[in-house]
Amino acid sequence: MSVIALPRPDAARPAARPRWLVLLTRRKTTMVGAGLMVLMLALGVLAPVIAGNPGHMDVAGRLAAPGRAHWFGTDDVGRDVWSRVVYGARLSLLVGVAVVVLSFVVGVACGTVAGYYRRLDNLVMRVMDGLMAFPAIVLAIALMAALGPSVINVIVAIAVVYSPRVARVVRGSVLVIRETAYVEAARALGASDLTLLARHVLPNCLSPVIVQGSFVFAAAVLTEAALSFLGVGVPPYIPSWGVILAEGRLYIQQAPWLVLYPGLAIMLTIFGLNLFGDGLRDLLDPKIRGLATERQRAA
Amino acid sequence: MKTYVVRRLLALLPVALVVATVAFVLMHLAPGDPASVIAGPDASRDDVQRIEKQLGLDAPMPVQLVRWYGRLVRGDLGQSIFLRKPVTDAILDRVEPTLLLTLFAIAISVAIGVPAGVIAARYHDTTTDQVLMVIALLGVSIPNFLLGLLFILFFSVWLGWFPVAGYSPLEYGWLKTLRSLVLPAFALGLVQSALIARIARSSMLDILREQYITAGRAKGLAERAVIYKHALKNAMIPTVTIIGISFAILISGAVVVETVFNIPGLGRLIISAVLRRDYPVIQGVVLCIAGLYMLINLAVDLSYLVFDPRVKYQ
Repeated sequence: MSVIALPRPDAARPAARPRWLVLLTRRKTTMVGAGLMVLMLALGVLAPVIAGNPGHMDVAGRLAAPGRAHWFGTDDVGRDVWSRVVYGARLSLLVGVAVVVLSFVVGVACGTVAGYYRRLDNLVMRVMDGLMAFPAIVLAIALMAALGPSVINVIVAIAVVYSPRVARVVRGSVLVIRETAYVEAARALGASDLTLLARHVLPNCLSPVIVQGSFVFAAAVLTEAALSFLGVGVPPYIPSWGVILAEGRLYIQQAPWLVLYPGLAIMLTIFGLNLFGDGLRDLLDPKIRGLATERQRAA
Repeated sequence: MKTYVVRRLLALLPVALVVATVAFVLMHLAPGDPASVIAGPDASRDDVQRIEKQLGLDAPMPVQLVRWYGRLVRGDLGQSIFLRKPVTDAILDRVEPTLLLTLFAIAISVAIGVPAGVIAARYHDTTTDQVLMVIALLGVSIPNFLLGLLFILFFSVWLGWFPVAGYSPLEYGWLKTLRSLVLPAFALGLVQSALIARIARSSMLDILREQYITAGRAKGLAERAVIYKHALKNAMIPTVTIIGISFAILISGAVVVETVFNIPGLGRLIISAVLRRDYPVIQGVVLCIAGLYMLINLAVDLSYLVFDPRVKYQ
């Protein structure tokens, strides 16, 4: 029996590309998702090169239809919509990355503590449950009311909303892994708690966490857009897709491009993240395909 | 079973306590104290102090927290600073459009999502399945407020079929209400139907791999009977769960969509309260929605007892 458990010899397969890359690029939909993400990343990073000043007003040329001078038209005070959408991508990227990093730091720390130190579990998870009892957008609105409008506060508010969700996933994996034989073996060899966590437990609960990452990113972009659209997100002078939509809403009859282009940008970004996330999920944990993650995403 | 229900109810208590505490802490994080907001910019220090005393804001934090719990138990959410009436009244005035919108949206999302999921599962791995699932993924990717704006653009501005925005209360006739809610309800419901379709499909696929399905086919049942009589019933268990969760999601979605369509519901109430820094109202609406959310989740958990006789609880 033990022969079956041995790893397969590696020599048989060509070493040209790492296995994860082959698996990840196997599905077309994942590639489309990755493509869209790269596009958005490029837009965001290259914003100062490919777009003009998003705050530059030209009142004489207000509400101009899309054309050669302004690819996406201009808004009610004559600002170039293309520049604003591109700088909006930059903001979305910033918020997405910052929220993922922040909610992971907090979520992984809380989840590990709760899963590993059983005495703290109850306390930590009750607080997390309490935070998760609020619908995401409602809690974010309330936090923004308390913190006041700014980019940093938007990031903090969204991270507070999503940290418990990360913590729950991490705790679940830690609970399983801490009972495995290899962790017990390491403990028997005299490894300290910190070594155990850092070397044996955490690396092995990474895959569900990484999968969670793409969905937290998408949720962060969406929530930022929603908050800014509602007028309680970033301050109105910062170009954000939500802000552009909120302003465009008032001129929807005369200037539909004010709604169409930032809308398209949001859709493509989220679509790309979802496609990529689905691919990543199928690659990293084929066991929990389907229901578990769907439900998680719903919550 | 009874003990399970009781235990679930008891488990709700600590969560409710945390929720109440979070709502309290949130509003005390806010820069600028409520007393000076109420008093207005021209108020003297004495005025502010008098109001502070009136509202009990001069007491130490723990005392205020305990008083806050006490008031919550009595169902007292305090007075709105701006509207000059009890927060509970303000909420009750605004709850009708939000609830109707949510119910309408849930009806739409189920009516579209469940059949789409079942069809995709039945024609698994065919073009039909793939097309449906790409549409569903696109649907999951459109934020509801954006879909709402696009609907306004197509159906109101270009086609002129529906009012651009606004809400007609029930007292002016339910048909008018329904008409004013068609676009917002579709904006909310379609996004959710995509999620329901994905769940319905995957749970249907899981069921179709079960032995009793093979057995059904082996004894010569028509494929229609296998799918709609045997599989569908069992696939509905996770689907019903997700419908319950959807209800909770849609209530908070309504908060956003209301702004798009200028519907005077809970969403408008909380947003205008944020802009006016009317903290008691923010607190009240947040608590009210979180409470609903908790109750719905409880109902979903308990619904397993009814829908799935295999699930046993000690």
